[in-house]
Amino acid sequence: MSASVKIKTLTIDDRHVGARENQTILEVARENGIEIPSLCYIDGLSAHGGCRLCLVEVTGIPQLLPACMTVVEERMEVSTQSERLRKLRKNILELYFSERNHVCSVCVSNGNCELQDMAGETGMDHVHFPYLYPDLGVDITHERFAMDDNRCIMCTRCVRVCDEIEGAHTLDIKDRGIETRIITDLDQNWGDSETCTLCGKCVHVCPTGALFEKGKSVGEMSKRRQFLPYLALMREEKR
Amino acid sequence: MKKKSLATLWLDGCSGCHMSLIDIDDRIVQLSESFDILYSPLVDVKEFPEHVDVTLLEGAVSTDEDLEMVKKIRRQTGMLISFGDCAVTGNVPAMRNKFELEQVLNRGYIEMSPDNEIIPDQYVPKLLDKAYPVHHIVHVDLFLQGCPPSADLIFDALSEIAAGRTPVLSGRTRFG
Ligand code: SF4
Ligand code: SF4
Ligand code: SF4
Repeated sequence: MSASVKIKTLTIDDRHVGARENQTILEVARENGIEIPSLCYIDGLSAHGGCRLCLVEVTGIPQLLPACMTVVEERMEVSTQSERLRKLRKNILELYFSERNHVCSVCVSNGNCELQDMAGETGMDHVHFPYLYPDLGVDITHERFAMDDNRCIMCTRCVRVCDEIEGAHTLDIKDRGIETRIITDLDQNWGDSETCTLCGKCVHVCPTGALFEKGKSVGEMSKRRQFLPYLALMREEKR
Repeated sequence: MKKKSLATLWLDGCSGCHMSLIDIDDRIVQLSESFDILYSPLVDVKEFPEHVDVTLLEGAVSTDEDLEMVKKIRRQTGMLISFGDCAVTGNVPAMRNKFELEQVLNRGYIEMSPDNEIIPDQYVPKLLDKAYPVHHIVHVDLFLQGCPPSADLIFDALSEIAAGRTPVLSGRTRFG
């Protein structure tokens, strides 16, 4: 840390904490052992602010703010666990489960899934919205990996890791709103991709069963992502 | 303490949740001190009783018969429990929901059985357009997640109910 870094003080859930300027609420909370749920944020990649699970309340600001995108300010008062936020997080999780086809009992990631765990932790035990049952496919054209749109929550971790860490930018996003999908190259089959290096980073950052290694059966796909902060650090030092 | 009455049954389920219920093993003796099982595949009673205090309902609502039954159960039950993922989410039976009903029937009766040419329309219940989670049809009082819910979870939930408390399962259960 250079000597010119300014320190800000704020409270998170009534706890006094210190932060370096430019840190986000989420980073500061985690450094201090305060758990704010998130699905799209992952240590080592840029923040995306898409999953909306890390929304927090800040005194004096009427709207909720995403903790992963909000930089701390002096004397900020942040609240992460109000009844309002708990309800909202449950509702967001219900929307995830109703928007695509999640059948945990037969999913490759059953028992190793961040979405499933988060539903369990927040007590989201049933979905009151109507399920949409969209007609989605599975791309199994790649020699080693598969992509199942049914389980994708559009967190874009895979897109970011492929671009920011691997530098291949094989993965991207097409369309808008509920029609949004992850694509490979110019919306081709993954197996026909000329840019994919087969590195597997996308598979291992994916929080759900949407990306998996071929040959894995129900509950067999567990992700290893210890590599990420290390690789991110290496890249930063090179710059 | 006065015993509570209990019913258990499955609609569009595989009976796996009932297997898990049996897996509570000798603790079933403990439960039988608090509950009278009035209706269940485990006892030979044909008609759903006029009134039961608690019903464990396994399976999704998938046919016209399921639909009648689930409404009747709701009318005649104090505390209705969605028992396992098929009841709670639709789970595996609901995997047909992204297809049209004709496609589903065609697949099951014609494409998969080359010697058969007809889709039966008598003597078997009619499939609904979709397989529904129970709470999308009637009000549900408690959700026991899992495919199947573990024996311990079932035992603890029923023990709490026997003691007159509402089971708090949050953080202890998940889908799948
Ligand atoms: S991706 Fe996760 S939440 Fe979705 S079906 Fe698989 S285990 Fe369940
Ligand atoms: S395997 Fe590597 S290069 Fe290929 S899409 Fe995934 S992250 Fe990109
Ligand atoms: S494939 Fe996985 S990592 Fe990529 S957006 Fe979907 S859920 Fe996120």
